[in-house]
Amino acid sequence: MDGTAPIIDVTGLNKHFGDKHVVKDLSLQVSQGEIFGFLGPNGSGKTTSIRMLCGLLTPDSGSGTCLGMDVITESAGIKRKVGYMTQRFSLWEDLTIAENLDFVARMFGMPRRREAVDRALEDLGLSTRRKQLAGTLSGGWKQRLALASCLLHEPKLLLLDEPTAGVDPKARRDFWEEIHRLSNAGITVLVSTHYMDEAERCHRLGYIAYGELLASGSGEEVVRSQHLVTFEISGDIAPGMAEALRKLPGSELVASFGSALHVSGRDGPLLERGLAAQVADGALKMRRVDTSLEDAFINLMQGSRDQFEAAP
Amino acid sequence: MNGFSFSRWLGILIKEFIQLRRDRLTFGMIVMLPIMQLLLFGFAINSDPRHMPTAVVMADPGPFARAYVAAMKNSEYFRIIGTVDAREANTLLDSGEVQFVVTFPPGFNRDLVRGTAPTLLVEADATDPMATGGAISVLNQLGSEVFAPELPGARATPAKSIDLRIQRRYNPEGITSYNVVPGLLGVILTMTMILMTGLAMTRERERGTFENLLATPATPLEVMTGKIVPYVLIGLIQVVLVLAAARQIFDVPMYGSLPLLFAVVLLFILANLTLGITFSSIAKNQLQAMQMTFFFFLPSMLLSGFMFPFRGMPEWAQVIGNVLPLTHFLVLVRGILLKGNGVELLWGHIWPIALFMLTVLALGIKTFRRTLD
Repeated sequence: MDGTAPIIDVTGLNKHFGDKHVVKDLSLQVSQGEIFGFLGPNGSGKTTSIRMLCGLLTPDSGSGTCLGMDVITESAGIKRKVGYMTQRFSLWEDLTIAENLDFVARMFGMPRRREAVDRALEDLGLSTRRKQLAGTLSGGWKQRLALASCLLHEPKLLLLDEPTAGVDPKARRDFWEEIHRLSNAGITVLVSTHYMDEAERCHRLGYIAYGELLASGSGEEVVRSQHLVTFEISGDIAPGMAEALRKLPGSELVASFGSALHVSGRDGPLLERGLAAQVADGALKMRRVDTSLEDAFINLMQGSRDQFEAAP
Repeated sequence: MNGFSFSRWLGILIKEFIQLRRDRLTFGMIVMLPIMQLLLFGFAINSDPRHMPTAVVMADPGPFARAYVAAMKNSEYFRIIGTVDAREANTLLDSGEVQFVVTFPPGFNRDLVRGTAPTLLVEADATDPMATGGAISVLNQLGSEVFAPELPGARATPAKSIDLRIQRRYNPEGITSYNVVPGLLGVILTMTMILMTGLAMTRERERGTFENLLATPATPLEVMTGKIVPYVLIGLIQVVLVLAAARQIFDVPMYGSLPLLFAVVLLFILANLTLGITFSSIAKNQLQAMQMTFFFFLPSMLLSGFMFPFRGMPEWAQVIGNVLPLTHFLVLVRGILLKGNGVELLWGHIWPIALFMLTVLALGIKTFRRTLD
């Protein structure tokens, strides 16, 4: 961004679990203050990648740095400076809110522990409920507490593994506002997610499937990299319409958007001719639209699956 | 930078205590288990062991004395390990190497022939009264059977030929609970220490909190020891509980040194905790940790000399039993409480526990490192 060294800079990271090659040659650069979105289907290696970055797992091969420290040899130092929020709520449910924060503060050896915990409780708006057991909190509050606990030691880098899973829309919105506030304050954030609206809130994105990083860049760049042309079909859509459009020459992707259908393909003119024939009777309307991020991702996912299944 | 941090360690310790206090079930187990087991096993029934090691003190090696010793052998209750002097015999009895010492006084043969009924002293290690009961009843009949055919007329009347004196050492009244209650100390500690530490680690893993713990700068050593210490204290509380019950309810005597007893108890607790932590780093979940605990607990109960007299067990079972810390702990506790043994007599049972602990610890650290990745 401003010429300084990237916060995350790794190349060729690999991880195997037994015979399974879970992460293949992961290379990633994330600059300071950036919000990097990590997308991909379940089991694609997102969590493993994040765990390697924060020193919980040792890569089988590859090299790189995180906050200027070596991911292989200096994982203890990385742990000190990184805030890691696990996919599942992983604070202690049988400890109170305050006890959880206090424990984490002790683990990071914070000099003014009590003050830090009190401040965190204040920021959370949980000062009055400090003696409540963490296990009795609702999903949204658990998530806020988890975020607060991994911010307690003032990390320079946040690694968030599907932080908003199972959280209601209002809480998700608040959460993302907080993430942007942190990013503005210079904290780098790497966040994995399944939600498209969240992907659009990131500065840059990476798409990972079957352990491979297939695309990365800004949302626009990712969309452009797929070279898709998309048409919207609207009007009186018959029930079998989507199936019929899928079989058209040049049609690679058909998705419903409300009452309309989006049809995408790489060969624009071929697709347009086929679609024009379908809407000739006047009951349907067609127009060219921008390819959405979701279209691009679904296309990526299909492509990688075909490739994966074709492999021996 | 990556050294042991006392404040982090303290943090783990405090967390464990808070969690322990909130976990009512575990807390109940700590208190109820000793009481339940005391009541259940307080009146245990034992079998009738044979071939018990016996030393002979022979002040008058005449034909009658030899015949008597031979008859003891033939009864199958006694295995004569040799002839020793009185002081040696006492040490053998104290250290538990022999179960009986038989002393033939000077002039035994002469007095027998004269019909003045010489005294035959039999000292028995009666810490486990069930183990000696059968043998002692055999001794009573032996005199008349051996000497009757040899001696003329009236002198052959049973019970008159010799004056058999039996000293039940360490537990003169033959009270079973003297033996069982100190033994329970070991059984309760084995059970609760292994189980609770086993669960403590797997619980973190099952709830997903282990990942959070690993994401902090805490080191394996801090985590392991921070988790063990609260249970050491719990173990000591249980010991006080059982000893108080032994004293108040069962009137078990305590001859030995209490500091020595607690030192031995501490070693035993640590050995069991190490095993528990090792189990939990092997086990994938709490159920497996529980299964492993019982898998270890059962042979500990059956083969350690708690349920059945150790000397009544077949050879192979004794070999297995000698590996188990409980076997040695039982000898130590009974030795200290009932016999007032000092460390020099007990050393032979202390090092096997220490060896067991170190072996398991090495295994534990190896597996713990592996599961970190």
